[in-house]
Amino acid sequence: MDLNLFWFVLLGVLLAGYAILDGFDLGVGILHPFVRTDAERRILMNSIGPLWDGNEVWLVTFGGALFAAFPEVYATVFSGFYTPFMALLFALIFRAVSMEFRSKRESPAWRRFWDWSFFGGSALATFLFGVAVGNAMQGMPIGPDREFQGGTLDLVRPYPLLIGALAVATFALHGSLYLHLKTEGELQQRVHRWNWRAFGIFLVLYLFVTIYTLVQIPLATRNFERQPWVWIVVALNILAVGNIPRAIYRGRPLAAFFSSCATIAALTFFFGVALFPELVHSSLNPAWSLDVYNAASSQKTLAIMRNIAFLGMPFVLAYTAVIFWVFRGKVKIGHFSY
Amino acid sequence: MDFDALTLSRLQFALTVMFHYLFPPLTIGLGGLMVSLEAMYLKTGDRQYEQAARFWTKIFAVNFAMGVATGIVMEFQFGTNWSTYSRFVGDVFGSALAAEGIFAFFLESGFLAVLVFGWDRVSPKMHFFAACMVALGAVFSSIWIVVANSWQQTPAGFHLVGEGTAMRAEITDFWAMVFNPSSVHRLLHVLIGCYILAAFFVMSISAYYLLRGRHVDFAKKSFGSALILATGMSLAALVQGDIQARKLKDTQPAKLAAMEAHFHTGTGGTPLYVFGLPDEEKQTVKYGLAIPKLLSLLVHGNTREPVAGLDRIPRSDWPPVAMTFHSFHLMVGLGFFFIAVSLLACFLWWRGTLFQTRWLLWVFVWSIPLPYLANQLGWVAAEVGRQPWVVYGLMRTTDGVSKVVSAPQTLGSIILFSLIYALLFAVFLYVLNDKIQHGPDPVTPGRPGGDAGPGGLAAVTGLRAGTGGASLTMPGDGPAPADSQSSN
Repeated sequence: MDLNLFWFVLLGVLLAGYAILDGFDLGVGILHPFVRTDAERRILMNSIGPLWDGNEVWLVTFGGALFAAFPEVYATVFSGFYTPFMALLFALIFRAVSMEFRSKRESPAWRRFWDWSFFGGSALATFLFGVAVGNAMQGMPIGPDREFQGGTLDLVRPYPLLIGALAVATFALHGSLYLHLKTEGELQQRVHRWNWRAFGIFLVLYLFVTIYTLVQIPLATRNFERQPWVWIVVALNILAVGNIPRAIYRGRPLAAFFSSCATIAALTFFFGVALFPELVHSSLNPAWSLDVYNAASSQKTLAIMRNIAFLGMPFVLAYTAVIFWVFRGKVKIGHFSY
Repeated sequence: MDFDALTLSRLQFALTVMFHYLFPPLTIGLGGLMVSLEAMYLKTGDRQYEQAARFWTKIFAVNFAMGVATGIVMEFQFGTNWSTYSRFVGDVFGSALAAEGIFAFFLESGFLAVLVFGWDRVSPKMHFFAACMVALGAVFSSIWIVVANSWQQTPAGFHLVGEGTAMRAEITDFWAMVFNPSSVHRLLHVLIGCYILAAFFVMSISAYYLLRGRHVDFAKKSFGSALILATGMSLAALVQGDIQARKLKDTQPAKLAAMEAHFHTGTGGTPLYVFGLPDEEKQTVKYGLAIPKLLSLLVHGNTREPVAGLDRIPRSDWPPVAMTFHSFHLMVGLGFFFIAVSLLACFLWWRGTLFQTRWLLWVFVWSIPLPYLANQLGWVAAEVGRQPWVVYGLMRTTDGVSKVVSAPQTLGSIILFSLIYALLFAVFLYVLNDKIQHGPDPVTPGRPGGDAGPGGLAAVTGLRAGTGGASLTMPGDGPAPADSQSSN
């Protein structure tokens, strides 16, 4: 198999894994202000308590794999997106430690501070992921020297902002469906109402983004003509989105959650299809774009890394399964909780 | 100093990596301790070992969260601030980082969940297994990071491809890259440093309990096992550090010369400065105390052969001498201090008077910053001593910085990092102190009140993590917590 293509696909898998897994815990963070009592806030935090850290490792591994497989892309994007990436780091730091520290003191002011930093960190990180995806879809001013030729404000455009909003809505929906699985009683009934509202907001944005992309982002659709089989994924995506309200209505929260997992996987897939074979599209001159061949590491390194991935990924999937199995079921606040 | 983007990026890297490195050594060291405590519990069934394991796990978890939060910054920063470097080394360096993610981070973070939250969800054996996996993950992580960093010190297993700004290093031999000339030595030294730090951390807290007369049995057990570790590891650091420094004469002579402020090669045996103030301009050491021929003896094993000095290195390739010299010497001095106090404590332990020697226990309480300092200084000596190169002999630090990142952008992120890290550090110390003041949960019935008291945070809800009242294994037994514990 073409190693460059293999790494493009594997990065897609890591990104989808990250979006699905960290997506629900970021979503729980976005929904955090909507519960009022201290006990309920602790339930929300503890629903993701044992899991968020492992979920975030998917991002770290995605970053490491991007560095190893496509160092030019890693270097161009990370330095070009300097200010948004710093904001992302602050968001992730605050989010991580606010969970760790929040319940360590009884003081309401203390808890309020960490509650808001948990919400703010989750919402900002999600939004910035969306903005980054939107910018990648639309193309960026990349010069012949492979350096970003613009300022931070060049990244603030309507389409990336719209994708940022869609990301927040998607993760909020995903998080609310996850919470439905982890809560019970009166709180669960409220979460059930959130499911509907979050789905409504998601659907409106999803349709709007789809139309906007078809009309305004010609890059995104070029591969659909060349590779007609991707229409199968479009059909599956529509089914998955449609199955979310059906499953909520029928009281099958697990099916609803898996449908939103499938939706996120499909959206990540479309992102990959829109980019391929490029990773960073130059809006100045298409010849200056970074693609899976001109931005990659050597074939030898890609082969070594493939072997490392084949060796490591089965373990990763096994741990992930074990951890989710150990922490299945409803949240119980106990001695070891946050 | 000119505060351009380069200087600021270096400053930011130093700030963020030094702050980050406050946490991983304890993670690595305490990981080993938790494994041994849980192993003892499984073997003997003595609940005191389980109690100790639970206590250190709580400390471990707070520390680990800080390590993760500050660690992501490190991975991003190669791309954000050092993108030219990243383009040059991605083929080699990126592989090590990706391997760390796949092999180490998933293992660590996955099983950490079981370790911290899983006490009443999995069997003791499974819990022990999780402790092993977390400890193993922490060591794997250090392996890949030290491999990546050692490749920067002593590059191997690669060739250069391309011309000018498009030039980059590509792997030719993966295992030669992994086992480059310095990686094994440096890894051992890093791990020894981590275990010394964790041992002194445990001894500091245990000595505090002993002096206050609290959790005495627990404190004696913890202090004793940490003391054995501290003694063994500080002696190992001496032996291993000597071997490592000797390697430097072949791999990085400039670093060795700077560490010893050795300006002129001269003839005959080279002296060793115990202390002094190196003057880079005049190429002398002021107010120094030198032991004749000692450096030759340490490096060459004889007193005749001179050690190569900085005069053999082009002036433009010198590392900053004073900073390298001081950080290295201070680290070595601290190493001797660790050996001295550990051996003294061992002697008194053997005499049976250790736990009554209050002044020595106070020394241990207040020694806690020192192993942190020693670990940091070791890295300062290693990294500053590598300058002016970011990859030794291949790429200068000045050439590695991002081209498109401006000084104001970097200044902005430094200010934000400083503020956030200051806040985090204050909160971390507060939470850590809270856990230490609270102490381990009691094993025997009838003591919970006494233990929860000093922290001033009695069990208001009975739910709060770390409060003394709640049952460990049967949440919800509320009214008679002590009884429910004794029934286990």
